[in-house]
Amino acid sequence: MKYEAVIGLEVHVQLKTNTKIFCGCSTEFGREPNSQVCPVCLGFPGVLPVLNKTVLEHAVKISLALDCSVQEYTKFDRKNYFYPDLPKDFQISQYDLPVGRDGFLDITVEGGEKRVGILRVHLEEDAGKLIHKDDISLVDFNRAGVPLLEIVSRPEMYSPEEAHAYLTALKSAIEYLDVADCDMEKGSLRCDANVSIRPRGERELGTKAEVKNMNSFKGVKDALAYEIKRQIESVENGGKIIQETRLWDAKNGKTFSMRSKEEAKDYRYFPEPDLPPFVMTLENIRKIKETIPELPREKAARFIREYGLSAYDAGILVVNKKDAEYAEECMRAYPGENKKPVVNWLIGPLLSEANNRTGGGELTALGILPERLIELVGFVQAEQISNLTGKSVLTDMIDTRESAADIIKRRNLIQISDTGSLETHIEEIIKANVQSVESYKQGKTGALMFLVGQVMKKTQGKANPKVVQELLKKKLA
Amino acid sequence: MAINKEVVDHVAYLARIRLSDEETVRLAQQLEGIVAFIDALKNVNVEHISPTSHILPVQNVLRDDVPVRSLPIDKVLVNAPQPEGDFFGVPKIIE
Repeated sequence: MKYEAVIGLEVHVQLKTNTKIFCGCSTEFGREPNSQVCPVCLGFPGVLPVLNKTVLEHAVKISLALDCSVQEYTKFDRKNYFYPDLPKDFQISQYDLPVGRDGFLDITVEGGEKRVGILRVHLEEDAGKLIHKDDISLVDFNRAGVPLLEIVSRPEMYSPEEAHAYLTALKSAIEYLDVADCDMEKGSLRCDANVSIRPRGERELGTKAEVKNMNSFKGVKDALAYEIKRQIESVENGGKIIQETRLWDAKNGKTFSMRSKEEAKDYRYFPEPDLPPFVMTLENIRKIKETIPELPREKAARFIREYGLSAYDAGILVVNKKDAEYAEECMRAYPGENKKPVVNWLIGPLLSEANNRTGGGELTALGILPERLIELVGFVQAEQISNLTGKSVLTDMIDTRESAADIIKRRNLIQISDTGSLETHIEEIIKANVQSVESYKQGKTGALMFLVGQVMKKTQGKANPKVVQELLKKKLA
Repeated sequence: MAINKEVVDHVAYLARIRLSDEETVRLAQQLEGIVAFIDALKNVNVEHISPTSHILPVQNVLRDDVPVRSLPIDKVLVNAPQPEGDFFGVPKIIE
């Protein structure tokens, strides 16, 4: 029997603010343990939390960008459970009246476009950080009370690739809004997945497992692929899927059951009495909406329309906002209607340099000004240097910050296309390679390429190979 | 709602309270009475009334995103039973 996987994702995004969600403690990362705590975030008795205005604005902004309907009336609730990283023994979260609900995110998958539903978007506070020692666990509450936005998708993704595309699109959209860093490796974006399988064609959802502890986009993809395979194998061998939490072990490439007491969760949510409700006027929501910039998918559509890009090229260029702006500057400054030459350089050599050097693959991190790139592309287009030489000049430009013109001059790279100066070289090569010349004349075309190679060698790669080939053919005809 | 021994045990577990058998029986009876008292509300028609989540006529209490000074570390840890360095220490957690 054929099975299909069903995936829903719960993404936690740490909002970019100066202070915590309910108190004025700094959210700065990496300070001394417990140096950014106060009676509110430590849960001392008798203190009053007060909501950070910026947090609410960021949450509304993200909700709107995800096409959620923003609730005019929103409130907070207490989620009750015990864990040493939770100082109050409850987490302030949102239960039945989240900031946003019923949105969607369009993603690009193999074979086209796809819309993934967003169930809800709600605010909550982060917990502290635990460090486990041999005989004791240590708690740092600097992170307790840092604002988090939880974005819950509908179970509408059917492969690890779709889940990956959803995460990429979500991160990209949120980064455009400049309200969160979304760095999974640093923990400012966290993702849990609900995974189940069902026989293809079945409408009912199967029993799900919740997979946690993935700390990279690739980790999410790998963990989902493993978990789907595990569930299918289990069912095919007559097993049954149990509802449980499983942790991803990136080192061994496996998920394993948490095995800790899996008592049915009973959080006893009730309204947070210390925080009065929030009422947002349509006017306020509209004002926030006006601050939303052009989002990645809109930008891609415009690039296709205005610069004649393919959907594929546009999709690559808009992922990161700064890079998209850089690419647009380059395309604008590039002369002529056809922008393909400069686009090819952006998504080809520049992107691969960026991936090799920065890991994150940011074009702007290479420090090549648009006019400098255009100058380089101009040399290649005019066939003054070959494409290959161009790539080497680019590497040099990044390393030395010199211009293409200066590097070409310094390294004496201008391609020799001038027939007059090439003819001397060619005649010498013909004289020195009598045998190859004979073979060519007898019909061995491979010999011609050998002779071209000799000329290239003699000119230290600067001869225009096309011109050399034509000249040789003429001379040996 | 019938408050039986299982319900009391569950609630006690959630609150991390250990109860003797005698206490469980006594509390079950008392809770039964309390819940029955609250159940009187079920007879009120609330069809057009939205749930009360907050009793004060206050809304939109917000603060600006401006940092204030946090608590000095000696004050933070003054009541901690098992501090270690600048950390709170707790019994080791095994996952």
